[in-house]
Amino acid sequence: MNEIENKRHQIDYSGGDEFQKKPYFTPSNIPIRNCYHPNIKDQAFYKKIGFPGSYPYTRGIYDSMYRSKLWSIRQYAGFGSASQTNERFQYLLSEGQDALSVAFDLPTQLGLDSDHPLAKGEVGKVGVSIDSLYDMELLFKDIPLDQMRTSMTINAPAIILYCMYIAIAEKRKTPLQSIAGTIQNDILKEYIARGTYIYPPKDSTRLTIDLIIYAQKHTPKIHPISISGYHIREAGANAVQELAYTFANAITYLDEAIKHGVSIDSIAPRVSFFFSSDTNFFEEIAKFRAARRIWANLVKERYVPNDPKSCQLRFHTQTAGSTLTEQEPENNIIRVTLQALAAVLGGTQSLHTNALDEAEALPNETTARIALRTQQIIAFESGVSDTTDPLGGSYFIEDLTDEMEELVTSKVSEILEMGGAIRAVENGYYQREIQQAAYQTHKKMEAREKIVVGANKSNQKNASLFSTISYGKQNEQQDNYQIDTLYAIKKRRNEIKVLKSLRELREAATEEINVVPYVLQAVKSYCTVGEISDVFREVFGEYTGELE
Amino acid sequence: MSSIRILIGKVGLDGHNRGALVLAEALRENEMEVIYSGLRQTPEQIVKKAIAHNVHIIGLSSMAGAHRHIFPQVLEELKMRGITNVPVIGGGIIPACDLSFLFDQGVSRIFTRSDSIDEIVKGIQSIVITCQKDRKIDRKETIR
Repeated sequence: MNEIENKRHQIDYSGGDEFQKKPYFTPSNIPIRNCYHPNIKDQAFYKKIGFPGSYPYTRGIYDSMYRSKLWSIRQYAGFGSASQTNERFQYLLSEGQDALSVAFDLPTQLGLDSDHPLAKGEVGKVGVSIDSLYDMELLFKDIPLDQMRTSMTINAPAIILYCMYIAIAEKRKTPLQSIAGTIQNDILKEYIARGTYIYPPKDSTRLTIDLIIYAQKHTPKIHPISISGYHIREAGANAVQELAYTFANAITYLDEAIKHGVSIDSIAPRVSFFFSSDTNFFEEIAKFRAARRIWANLVKERYVPNDPKSCQLRFHTQTAGSTLTEQEPENNIIRVTLQALAAVLGGTQSLHTNALDEAEALPNETTARIALRTQQIIAFESGVSDTTDPLGGSYFIEDLTDEMEELVTSKVSEILEMGGAIRAVENGYYQREIQQAAYQTHKKMEAREKIVVGANKSNQKNASLFSTISYGKQNEQQDNYQIDTLYAIKKRRNEIKVLKSLRELREAATEEINVVPYVLQAVKSYCTVGEISDVFREVFGEYTGELE
Repeated sequence: MSSIRILIGKVGLDGHNRGALVLAEALRENEMEVIYSGLRQTPEQIVKKAIAHNVHIIGLSSMAGAHRHIFPQVLEELKMRGITNVPVIGGGIIPACDLSFLFDQGVSRIFTRSDSIDEIVKGIQSIVITCQKDRKIDRKETIR
């Protein structure tokens, strides 16, 4: 009891450094405590719900959550050339964003150079086009890497883009210990939901693990994986499936890394997660709270760590793109606000809010700004970040959290019994389940059992206030510009170095030694994303598995 | 006529197949025979699959802006093989300003997220029936 009492005192009055300077009050001058909780005699409460910053972290992973550190406002951005995207980055940073999140175009995500026949019409379309280190240098021009946290949505070729980031830091003499961010590097969900896989699951998982192991030694501030439920959810899964499949994938990565001799305490604290925030407000909040408790228990029981950080689930959230409507797009601002609020009440560490036109096109500067402002209004005007886990103890929220935990835990066991995540990908289990769920949701929408305001209810077919862009027009020019740059780089580089580094990389890939140092060498010799990916294609083959 | 056979094709590099798969399921429930192409199909692969399954119609799905480039290529590929009676429809994220361009290229119709399954089913039926009439007149040019 003494321990709880001490903790309680500390929690009630903590609030980070800021708290010392600025006590928290409501506008009517009612003081706000850092955390609210019941009488300390309620032992059951403390075991399952407890304090923020204490196991099982249901209420958050830090004592004072947003009082000591606000979530990162991290808008996913990227389009066209590296210079164009660099301009958008500079704009977002000047408007108050504090971290970067890079969207790469599909050729880059699929390990194809801009001059590849399959890349035609896709260069710079849904993200920035990167062929070689040269492009990456332009992308991060005038952005000090040691003062930035950069997240990169890159999976099959994750090692290549990670190595380019390191190469820039080395060139600028920025210590590798100081560069921070997240590499998505979660290949399993690509087969399940997102689709940008290249190699077979086992070989590609090996690349994922190579990066995790290398990063843990050389770039301690980079999260080498962001295990993603987001895309699983977007493909049609419900909240329970989102968590269960994500955790089943996470177990595969941790098991594999441990097989390679990594200790749980050196890897688990570096793992991060990425979830969706969908429309059902309370279920989403309960999902985030349950996720922390499930993960804490899972890691504790399965891996028996010593470091408390190993049991803490850190996650990024994006509002659910699939809930946005093309009809009356202004309504999407309200959807995004509710979803973002759920993520914040659920204790997210970073957040992307979708732009209102994201169902149709890449956001323009106006819609990108509104999305950013949505987060800033929640953060700085609403007061929801003044106290930690404000909904903790609500009968409804706690019940939903418990139910969610139970359902997810039993689904995870089901997948483990099936033989684990790789097996579930290979036999199409995930894909079938998600497809069924997506179809059921669609039927409910058509039957108006699931209401979508402005789309299947009170649909006035009103015109939008905002004009959306056609991203078709500049196409040819974009392709040509990128291809010209690529050829210029190929002419300027040292061809002997190129061939040597690709040959050595091929050997490393064949011999099953960690390939990261070899990719780094290739990247520094200005080998292209396509050339490096081709080496892996030769060694591993390509994966074409797709369900009928 | 017997049940409509449709190829739902994912062209381009994007992996967003939720819409294509939901539609495939819905069309099956409406007694159509649906062949789903799988991801990242080239125009050539699409047309080869259309021929192999002797489909009445091709539905292309694009979510990441490649439609302006790839839909016309599929039509071109069909033309090259002398196939004139397999109409091509499209869906996904297609901005309104691109519609007239696609129709000029020979795309029969574009469905969007605002269209209900019922509207899509009726749309497909009417396009196929119109084409079937031409097919009868034009027997010699049917697909191999």
